[in-house]
Parts: sequence; C-alpha cells; structure tokens
Amino acid sequence: MKAKIIVTPKKAVVDPQGKTVQQALEQMGCQGIAAVHVGKYLEVELVGHDLPAARQQLEEACHRFLSNPVIEDYKLEIE
Amino acid sequence: MNFAVLQFPGSNCDQDCVQVLRNVLGQSAHLRWHKEKSLGGADAVIVPGGFSYGDHLRTGAIARFSPVMQAVRTFAAQGGPVLGICNGFQILCEAGLLPGALVRNRSLQFRCEHVYLKTLTSDSPFTQGISGDQLLRVPVAHGEGCYFADAATLAQLNTNRQILWRYVNARGEADEHANPNGSLENIAGVCSEHRNVAGLMPHPERASEAILGSTDGRHIFESLIQWLTSRKAIQAA
Repeated sequence: MKAKIIVTPKKAVVDPQGKTVQQALEQMGCQGIAAVHVGKYLEVELVGHDLPAARQQLEEACHRFLSNPVIEDYKLEIE
Repeated sequence: MNFAVLQFPGSNCDQDCVQVLRNVLGQSAHLRWHKEKSLGGADAVIVPGGFSYGDHLRTGAIARFSPVMQAVRTFAAQGGPVLGICNGFQILCEAGLLPGALVRNRSLQFRCEHVYLKTLTSDSPFTQGISGDQLLRVPVAHGEGCYFADAATLAQLNTNRQILWRYVNARGEADEHANPNGSLENIAGVCSEHRNVAGLMPHPERASEAILGSTDGRHIFESLIQWLTSRKAIQAA
C-alpha cells in the first residue's frame, strides 16, 4: 500500500510563494489563472494490508506532525 | 542562576547564548544536547536559533520530538521559564507550547537587519524590567518569521496581553514598513497563557555587547535573571 499526502496552506494564510509563481506563470504567457497555492506532496510506502489501521495511524500523523493545523490543510489518500 | 541552552543538530546560536549568559551576565549556563532526557537542574531554558534538523518538513517541526523537549514540556508545565529565540520560537510553536505559527516571510526574502521592538507589557518574566517607551534595537535573521494565528487566537492574545513585542519604527509606531516579515499585527514575540513560556524572532543574544552595536537585547535576559532571583528569594522566605 502507498499513502499519498498533499499539504496546502490554509486560505487565511498569505501564500507569497503561490503569488510569485502565479506572477511568473502570467509572465510566461499562461492565461486564466485565478490563484496558485504552493504546498507539499508526501508519499508513504506502507507494509501490510490493513487499510483501516493504516488510515487511522496516518490521519493522526498528518494532524499532529505532517501538517501544522494552524497554517495548513491536508488530504490523505491510501491506495 | 543556572541556564540550560538546548542544542539540536543545526542549532547555531547556542554558543552565542552561552557567551552572553556566562561571560556578559555572569550566570551559569550549560549546553544541553537534544538527546538528554533532563535539564540538569536548570532554573531557565533557552531554545536558541539556527536551523534545527535542516528546517526539514517545516521549521521546528522535527525538533519537538527530541527527548529533551519532553523535559522542557514538564519544566514549562511546572511554571519554569522557557525562552525561544528565532528557530527556538518556531520550535516552541510547533511543540504547542506557544500559540500560532511562523511562516515564510511575505517578501520571500531572508531578512537580516536590525529592527526596533516595542515591549507591550511588563507582565512576564522576560519583560518585567522593560518599559513600553524603551525601544529595543536588536537584529533579526530569518526567512520564516511571519507570525500567523487564526482570528480567535489573535483576539485571545490581545485580551490576555500575551503579545510581548511588536516590530516598530524608530518613533515606536507599528507600521507596515517596520515589519520585516509580514507578521500579523507586527507581532515579534508572544508568551503562553501562563506567561512562563515566550518566543521571539529577533536575536537578543546578538545585541548584548557594545562591540556588536547594541546592548538592548541584554534587557530581556536581565529581566529573566531578575525574575528568577525574586522567585528564589520568595521561595527561600
């Protein structure tokens, strides 16, 4: 099994990286971009097949460590 | 007084803190490696600046799992004073010992310059000897010092007077120009609800000797020493 975790800045947090990337995209001619948000992507390779146990453990890890709930949101997928 | 200065892999202001505490202020100060499980009977803890664990994942995110941080948690819960400077502030926020978080500077630039700080309350071990009119000129050196907290937390910080320092200009005004990193409400440092844990992004240890251009940072350490001395006197009485 493999877990895919996407961490993004919360909407309320100013994301200067996203804004800078957006400006650069516009400079290279990309059109129709409303906003860019720069986050992180983590892949966790798992041993075993107990999906509910893996999910429970990783939800906690995402909440307590892999993301900071003060400034970030996360999305966890296990496949 | 006996100070424990924590040392994580990547800390780089630890020796500066020991230098100021020991050689400038005449205190006993010792380094505490992050794998230690105790604080060696310290009266106060300094979590110094640097780039603990290479700033991997998020600044301060990994350091909070070090064994010594469990001792810091217990020490803080018992009312012991803990001061986090720069990366130390980031670590204390990540460890949940201080509210809020530090994110990338709004300018995306690493800012390395002297700033002015206004002390907002003398009601803390770190500010009790500092008046609001006395601006402190100390340097900042960080890429991720933009203080963020949600609206409810920010309101609570104001109500409880937990904001200890704001970035101001030379006239003491907290305007946008004086804010080096985009921190909400120009916040440079905050304390915990029980006031014994504090953090700030500027470096008081780099402004404690005349040869370095400012001795204003000394006031913060002196305030803490004074607080510890009075507490000892009360305990002895």
